[in-house]
Amino acid sequence: MAHTGTLHIDHLSKQYVVQGDTLPVLDNITLTVNPGEFVSIVGSSGCGKSTLLRLIVGLEDDYQGEVLLDGQRVVGTSLSRGIVFQEHRLFPWLTVEENIALGLLNAALPADEKARSVREHIGLVGLAGFETAYPHQLSGGMSQRVAIARALVSRPDVLLLDEPFGALDALTRAHLQQELHRIWQAEGITMILVTHDVEEAVYLGDQVVVMEPRPGRIRRIVPVDLPHPRDRSGVPFAHLKEDVLAEFAGEAEAATAARHADRRGDGTRGPDSGFALPAGLRFAL
Amino acid sequence: MSPAIVPRRLRGFVIPLLMLAGWWAVVRFGWSTSPLLVAPARVWQTGVDQVASGQLFAALGASLWRDLVGFAIGAGAGLLLGALLGSSRRVEQLVGPSFHTLKQISLFAWIPLLSVWFGLGDAAKVAFLSLAAFFPVVLNTFEGIRGVPPDLLEVARVLGFTRAQRWRKVILPAASPAIFAGVHLGLIYAWLATLGAEYLLVSGQGIGNLMIDGREHFRMDMVLLGVFVVGLVGYTLNWIASRIEARALAWRGRSVAQFN
Repeated sequence: MAHTGTLHIDHLSKQYVVQGDTLPVLDNITLTVNPGEFVSIVGSSGCGKSTLLRLIVGLEDDYQGEVLLDGQRVVGTSLSRGIVFQEHRLFPWLTVEENIALGLLNAALPADEKARSVREHIGLVGLAGFETAYPHQLSGGMSQRVAIARALVSRPDVLLLDEPFGALDALTRAHLQQELHRIWQAEGITMILVTHDVEEAVYLGDQVVVMEPRPGRIRRIVPVDLPHPRDRSGVPFAHLKEDVLAEFAGEAEAATAARHADRRGDGTRGPDSGFALPAGLRFAL
Repeated sequence: MSPAIVPRRLRGFVIPLLMLAGWWAVVRFGWSTSPLLVAPARVWQTGVDQVASGQLFAALGASLWRDLVGFAIGAGAGLLLGALLGSSRRVEQLVGPSFHTLKQISLFAWIPLLSVWFGLGDAAKVAFLSLAAFFPVVLNTFEGIRGVPPDLLEVARVLGFTRAQRWRKVILPAASPAIFAGVHLGLIYAWLATLGAEYLLVSGQGIGNLMIDGREHFRMDMVLLGVFVVGLVGYTLNWIASRIEARALAWRGRSVAQFN
C-alpha cells in the first residue's frame, strides 16, 4: 500500500454568518497527520469537530488558512478522501454491492476491476453473503460496514469518520471499533475519527486531539504510545483515558464558572449547555 | 356476517351484487312503475346492441383517445415544470407564486376561456383535460424533488457524481414515489375531466355524448350503460397505473421505512 496521505492543516479558521452575526466555528487549528496514522478527535458538541472533517473532505469551503493533502490545497471533494457519516446514508433502492459500487462510479478503472474491488471490500468489512441485501434488511452495524466499504472502495489516501459508531449499541460499537482497527492495519491508510467517546478515541488513535468549543480550538494533543491493538483493561490505557477526560473536566470547570458569571448578568443561554451565548450562536447548536 | 362466509378476495363484490339484486327485484316485483326505471336485462341488451353496432367502441375510442392525448400533454408539461420548480430555487421564486395562484382556480372555471380560445371541438377538450392532469403532476413532482434527502445529495458530492449522475442515481430514484403518485393522480383526474369536457363542451363523439343523447331521448338504459362503462374504464386505468407503479417501485415495498 502506497504511503501517501500527509495531511497538513495550517492556521485553519472558519466562520458562519448567521442572521448577520459572524459566528466563529473553528479558530486557528494547526494539525499534521502523517501517512498511515490514526488520529482521533474528541470534544463536546459544538466544538467544530464535524466541521473540521467537512472541511477536510471538501464539503465546506470558504475558510482561512490551509488544508493541504500531500502539499495540495483541498478544493472540493475528491475520491482520494473518503468519509463515513454518523448515519450510514446508504441509498435505500440499491443493494449492498450496488451501494458500494457507487464509490467507484467515477473511478478510472475497467468494469471488471471495479467488480473485483467491490467484492474485495465486501469481504474486507465482513459482509460476504449479503451482496444483494437491501439497506433496510441490515442492522445498524452492518449498514455502517457497508458505508465504510463504500468510502474505502476507491482506495482513498485518507478516510474520515464522523462519529460513525455514535448511533450503535455498546456491544456492536466495541466490535466495530475492533473491525475498524483491523481494516486500518490491513489497508494502511490514514484515518481521522471524530468521536465524543473518549475510550474509542484512545483505543484507536495514535494521537488524540482534544478540542474545546466556542470557538472550536485544539485544547491539547495527547499522543497514545501504546502498541496496537490496545488492551482496554490495561493500566496504561486507563491512565491515558483519565488524562484525556481530565481535559474535559477542565472544560466543565470553565463552563461552571461561565454559568456563575451568567447568573449575575442577564445574557442568553444555550439550549442545553448553560453557556452564555450571543443570540446568533444559538442557531448553530 | 362472519368473515368466513365470503372469501376475502370476493368481498368487494358483495355490495354491487346486492344492489344489482335489489334493482332487479324492484323491477321484477313492480315496486316502482316510474318510466325512468329500466330492468337490468334491458341495460344488458342495450350494451350488447351497442357493442354489436360498433357505436359503443366508437364513442369510447374517441373519449379514450382524447384522454390519453390530454394526459400525455398535461403530465409531460407537469413533469417538466415540477422538475424545474423542484431543482431551482430561482425558478420557484419566479414561477411558484403564479403557479400556486392558477392552481386555486377551479378546473371548470377554465371552460369558458378554453372554449373561446379553442372552440367547442377536440382541441378545447384536450386542453381542458391536460390542465386536469397538469396540476397534480407538477405538485407531486415538485414535492418529490424538493424532498430528496440532502444527506444523500451530500454523498453524491463526496463521490464526485456529475450532474447527470446526480439526477439518474439520486434525485429521480428518491423522488420517484412522489412522481408516480402525481402521474397516477393525473391519470385519474384526466379521465374525470374527459367526461366533464364532454358535458360542458357538447359536440363530437364520446362516451359522455352517448349518455347525453340517452338522457335527451329518455333512454335510461343508455345512460346507465354509460355509467357502467365510465366506471369500468376508470377502474381499469387506475389498475394499470397501480401495476406499473408497483413494478417500477418494487424497491420501495421493501424499504418503506425510509420513504414514508
